[in-house]
Amino acid sequence: MTSTSGATSDATAPGAHVARTTTGLVIEGLGVTLTNRPGVDVVDDIDLVLRPGEVVGLVGESGSGKTTVGTSLLGYARAGAAISSGKVLLEDRDVLQLPWKQVRQLRGEEIAYVPQDPASALNPSIRIGKQIVELLALRGIGTAESRLQGARDGLAEVGLPNDDDFLARYAHQLSGGQVQRVALAMAFLPKPKVLVLDEPTTGLDVTTQKMVLDTMASLCRTHGVSALYVTHDLAVVANIADRVAVMYAGQIAELGPRDTIFANPAHPYTRALLDSIPHLSQARALTGIPGRTPSPGARPDGCRFHDRCAYAVDRCRQGVPELRTVATDHEVRCIRVEEIGSWDINRGTVPDADPSRRREVILSVDGLNVFYGRKQVVHDVSFDLARGEVVALVGESGSGKTTISRSVGGLHADWKGAVTFEGRELARSARKRSAEDRKRIQYIFQNPYLSLNPRLTVEQIIRRPMELFGLHQGSAATDRVLELMDQVALGSQMLRYQASRLSGGERQRVAIARALAAEPDVMICDEITSALDVSVQGSIVALLEGLREERGISMLFVTHNLALVRSIAARVEILQAGRVVEEGPVATVMDTPREDYTRTLLGNSPRID
Amino acid sequence: MSTAVSPQATPASSPSFFRQALRQKRFSFGFTVTVLVVLFAVLAPFVAPFGENETAGPPYSPDGTFGTDYLGQDVLSRLMHGGQSILLISVLGTALGMVLGILIGVVAAYAGGWWDEVIMRLNDVLLAFPQILLALVVLTALQNPSSWVIVVLVGASHAPRVSRLARGVALGIVSRDFVVAAEALGERRSRVILAEVLPNMTGPLLAEAGLRLTYSIGLVAALGFLGFAADPGAANWGQMMNENRLGLATQPWAVVAPVLMIAIFTIATNLMADGLAQAAQKGDS
Repeated sequence: MTSTSGATSDATAPGAHVARTTTGLVIEGLGVTLTNRPGVDVVDDIDLVLRPGEVVGLVGESGSGKTTVGTSLLGYARAGAAISSGKVLLEDRDVLQLPWKQVRQLRGEEIAYVPQDPASALNPSIRIGKQIVELLALRGIGTAESRLQGARDGLAEVGLPNDDDFLARYAHQLSGGQVQRVALAMAFLPKPKVLVLDEPTTGLDVTTQKMVLDTMASLCRTHGVSALYVTHDLAVVANIADRVAVMYAGQIAELGPRDTIFANPAHPYTRALLDSIPHLSQARALTGIPGRTPSPGARPDGCRFHDRCAYAVDRCRQGVPELRTVATDHEVRCIRVEEIGSWDINRGTVPDADPSRRREVILSVDGLNVFYGRKQVVHDVSFDLARGEVVALVGESGSGKTTISRSVGGLHADWKGAVTFEGRELARSARKRSAEDRKRIQYIFQNPYLSLNPRLTVEQIIRRPMELFGLHQGSAATDRVLELMDQVALGSQMLRYQASRLSGGERQRVAIARALAAEPDVMICDEITSALDVSVQGSIVALLEGLREERGISMLFVTHNLALVRSIAARVEILQAGRVVEEGPVATVMDTPREDYTRTLLGNSPRID
Repeated sequence: MSTAVSPQATPASSPSFFRQALRQKRFSFGFTVTVLVVLFAVLAPFVAPFGENETAGPPYSPDGTFGTDYLGQDVLSRLMHGGQSILLISVLGTALGMVLGILIGVVAAYAGGWWDEVIMRLNDVLLAFPQILLALVVLTALQNPSSWVIVVLVGASHAPRVSRLARGVALGIVSRDFVVAAEALGERRSRVILAEVLPNMTGPLLAEAGLRLTYSIGLVAALGFLGFAADPGAANWGQMMNENRLGLATQPWAVVAPVLMIAIFTIATNLMADGLAQAAQKGDS
């Protein structure tokens, strides 16, 4: 449909979308290479078909090239990379060969893009209504009179209010989920044929995430829009995608219908990814994938996954395997598909933490009220933590879970109530606590990109708590650093690396090693896996579980991911608006929730089991 | 002076840091020119054709490379001799101003709240005075000001301006989690500032240092031009402009040469500071 006919249909019947038939989008042999290192590919040999009305999930770890594929559909490659081969066919036109002017026209109008952080894509100084009207004007949709109504219809379609009050708001006056839905509305208004979504729900609460995903999926189906949903989270894909493409190191490793991918994954990488995802219904012993995702130029010969693969044999190191069809619609890039046997989604499940285990309380929080200035954000929260136990604080953003953990850790001092550690009451701020207390309670931050000084080396960072608390000196300290690095699975060659050279997962391991260097009894983990890939999350959780068993370290684990709670924690505190609404052993709370809020959270959590 | 901060605070990065900077064209060019200008001034007693106050011919005559000045002294020789004091005073004044300013700014940002308000409002009061005014007032009051007085005055006039920038940069860093982490461990406040905050500020501070050096040279030259040099008889680029401005039409070199020297030196030092700032930024994430 051209823009002119779009204008007429919009003028005659504003908002009434007509389901159209398009042929979808065909990607053939797409390759993107680095411009300054010719021959080094970012993505290679991508063949993918997006059928009309179909949502295809493109899954991969950071560095797999999934976003590069997404933006290639719009004929765009980030600075330093260039699309070097292949075709992107939209109704027999090759997007990559079109003249620049037509590509501009096509972007947004026929192929729309929803970025990861839509808040930065909306202009903060223009009201929402005006921005949508401007978009319609830019695309030549409707008349000056009908555009405002068009904006209202667009907002209604994504389930947002469309009264004058809402239209007059600025982006900062909306919640994260609302902003994301405004972005969706703006992407859908020009009635594109193809939609590329780049992790649009990362950073949203489960409830909001579910709402955005449902909106997106239903819009795609009613309007016959093909969508490519780029994400690192297989669990999200399980709930919305029709087909799933798993990417590794710039190539598609496996492609198939959603149910096939989850019930019968054939590629060892897909299986490893699924092994690292926690389930809602049962605790699992999560595993990560050893090693790190190779960056462009450092990818191994032969099968690109062979150096991290549990099934690799000599043959895998020779020759790049082709994408082979193993069943209807199911393609796999592995030469050993037939040899590696079948797979069960429930493998790796372990019994839930035993609720009747004897508890020896080490840390208790009693009547905690926390304030930011005059505003009270946490109301009368009480719970306790036993030796060698993990207690999870769960809630949506704004529920006060991080505030509680910061107050307990002494990072936020404006609180009332009592925090008792081994029978002694703790001072409010870390500075006022004794060195002994500071040493025995360690805090690990959410974002490993912010919690390590980029100017210091790994050795300096891990060594510091030992020097500060007088545990080790000189070469004994260095030996201890190496021992800790070994424990958190960091190679000893990284000893003198600056923190800025490490990947997210490696940084978080350094942060854990720093906490362990103080030989703590309690670790407060504030969403420590939320900034990481799922496979990295799996290995970090496995590491924490090992530490808990070996050293009897207790953990206060803050998270918004209920599935993760099931696998790591023994007890859970469900928080809403600064109050504990439900608490108890994990299995009890999750299998037989008493409160509506808990049920809503569980219902909205993405699940693969 | 901020180059003095970075090696001690980032021992791990310093060995390769200078080499990293040298790989940049702007740094290597700026560095070379700066060294040449400094050598030009330092070697004056050995290579200058005439002494500082030696008469070389009639006033405003075209003898020699750049001719003679209003007293008949050789301009090239005066130019060489006049560099040392102005360069030394500017560099020391800038260093002092940067140290004071960074200290005030970082402490204000790190202390936060009430302290921050008080320090920065007092700072605003100082900012209201034009930079040269304080220097003029003090120099007029003193009978025979030594070079040290000028250094202190230049430094003091820079400090409030540097501290505003330092506070702004530090504000973005003190709220980062690694600073909170250091506090949670119970690090001493001075160590948090020196080891955690300062090393992450080097980029913008180096760029500022280059800019401040430019202002310092301008300020010292202006003081010389106005007749407030430490030693009125000695050669001084600023003073040379003043002494010879009446002969601008007959012997322009006597004025143009010191102006050119100041221009070349400030451009070179700024290129150098920019290069350093870029090299420092590379280590950041």
